Amino acid sequence: MTSLLAADEAGRLLAEELAGRLPDARGRFGPFGGRYVPETLVPALDRLQEGVERWLHAEDFQRDYARELAGWAGRPTALTRANGLSREWGAEVWLKREDLAHTGAHKINNAVGQALLAKRLGAKRIVAETGAGQHGVASAAACARLGLPCVVYMGAVDMERQAPNVGRMKLLGAEVIPVTSGDQTLRAAIDEALRDWVADPMGTYYLLGSAVGPHPYPYLVRELQSVIGREARAQMLTAAGGLPDVAIACVGGGSNAIGLFHPFLNDGSVMLLGIEAGGRGSGLGDNAATLAFGRPGVLHGSFTMLLQDAHGQIQETHSVSAGLDYSGVGPEHALLQAIGRVRYEVASDDEALAAVDLCSRLEGILPALESAHALAGARRHAMEHPGSRILVGLSGRGDKDMSTLQATLLAERG
Amino acid sequence: MLPRDSISEAIRNASAGGKPALVAFMTAGFPSRERFAADLLKVGEAADLIEIGLPFSDPMADGMTIQRSSRVALANGVTLDWMLAELMTLANRPRAPLLLMSYLNPLLAHGIGRLAADACAAGIAGFIVPDLPFEECAELRAALAAEGIALVQMVTPVTPAARLAMLARESEGFVYAVTMTGTTGRDVAVPDAVLDYLDRVGSTAAVPVCAGFGIRHAAQVARLAGHADGVIVGSALVEVLERDGDPAEFLRSLRSI
Repeated sequence: MTSLLAADEAGRLLAEELAGRLPDARGRFGPFGGRYVPETLVPALDRLQEGVERWLHAEDFQRDYARELAGWAGRPTALTRANGLSREWGAEVWLKREDLAHTGAHKINNAVGQALLAKRLGAKRIVAETGAGQHGVASAAACARLGLPCVVYMGAVDMERQAPNVGRMKLLGAEVIPVTSGDQTLRAAIDEALRDWVADPMGTYYLLGSAVGPHPYPYLVRELQSVIGREARAQMLTAAGGLPDVAIACVGGGSNAIGLFHPFLNDGSVMLLGIEAGGRGSGLGDNAATLAFGRPGVLHGSFTMLLQDAHGQIQETHSVSAGLDYSGVGPEHALLQAIGRVRYEVASDDEALAAVDLCSRLEGILPALESAHALAGARRHAMEHPGSRILVGLSGRGDKDMSTLQATLLAERG
Repeated sequence: MLPRDSISEAIRNASAGGKPALVAFMTAGFPSRERFAADLLKVGEAADLIEIGLPFSDPMADGMTIQRSSRVALANGVTLDWMLAELMTLANRPRAPLLLMSYLNPLLAHGIGRLAADACAAGIAGFIVPDLPFEECAELRAALAAEGIALVQMVTPVTPAARLAMLARESEGFVYAVTMTGTTGRDVAVPDAVLDYLDRVGSTAAVPVCAGFGIRHAAQVARLAGHADGVIVGSALVEVLERDGDPAEFLRSLRSI
């Protein structure tokens, strides 16, 4: 289970991935993924999998989904040529504007898709977890739109640092339950949402917010988020006159990144670059850069890269951005790293804050701290490859980060 | 006798008189590492089988009590290596067979390759891994089988009939029949539907059936007699140890009706 990929195995898996044959029937992306859950959840996951196979690509589901994305969530989102950043960095920078999607981030693409699926599965209530609150807000909004009761688990620490999002969820009709166990952040919130689901696996639908967890979630979330990459690819061809040289996205659990990358996997000329949260350094507990510093293991239902100690205990993480503050990562990213199709780097808290500052001043766009990691990666890439055409996934807007920005960027200005 | 057969035999012997065998759960190194060996012996005075829980940072199938004991044990510095060393150097061993209950990741970190031999040397007869469903267990099961160690399968009230029969057939040592959906530790009455469910499990199992999740009172244990070969007592026993009560006395009280 812990063996690393041999060279011929990596080559075979790259071909499988490019051919769109992963995950396999067991929910595996090569060695990664799978379904490591308590027996109580096995029938619920079987049912979800049947629902995904039956509906996700069915015409009437896709019609409903497309209607909600266009008429309610504000898609397609714009592709913006970033003139100021292009001049500043000596490159051609394009921004895929998920910050313009309803509720302010890409999370809505997944939330409304899964809520539509939950309705078809006959779910009576929805549970969701949230870290920064963006997925909680998106879930609360989608449930309000579709008339489903919604319960959101959120770490007590996160509730304090993301208070405005707690208020938004409540206004949207969701019940927000503080999680005081574990590390009181996203990881504990997922644990608690899973416990809720274990208590009522047939009546409750668990609306997982990232491309993580047991099969079929990583696949389901990827399929729903791929709208980002499909739109961006078509928009680049039209607006920029060609594909980008590199597409860059931030990676926490990795849903916006897999959504941006997946439609570009077969474009061999397009380099794909994921940026993890480097926090304040490389030590255990100082960052949330799972692919850079982690080792393989099992958490939250899947075999993937994890930030853990030598005894297999999951470690707490640090990032200035709550949405990247997670000790695991989606299993497909673990595969894409292992087979070399995507390169993963880290950007520090300070680099991300500097990117918020620059993007706000030069583009008139206040990016989320998560998305600012992708911008920091873009800056570095531009320095190394002057003149290159760079597509950045701007996954969300930064309004939610005002209290963090008050305490950092704005405090420095006095 | 293989280690895994000692588990089945201990349950059959204890339940021969008509009352279910007692399977006791305790978290390794809780409330303290220093007390572990002594607590194990005290529990062993009344338990027919002992599950030792290795603490994990993310115990997603457990309720508040075992979440709390796990956190304390981790803060006490409990690791699999410490636990195995402690078991290997016990001055007195309980007569009850020992099982290790652990989430998968600490076992992966130890290395599946050497896990079975190390567990065997420490006198562990069986494993329960709550986040390892049957479809993912082949590697661990084969490794344990090489040492004659059982891998216990769980079934639940929501498990479909065909799957339940398959799991009951494949389980080693005993079948762990979860009596309710939800996490561990909640107090529940035992409805008739649960007895019917346990009878269904028993009719297809090759090994004894033990019922777990929410067992706290003698009345519950008496209700389960004739429907389960054993009862698993987890959170309630951890709470007794937490308040420094007498675990053997508590366990005996469960068989008082």
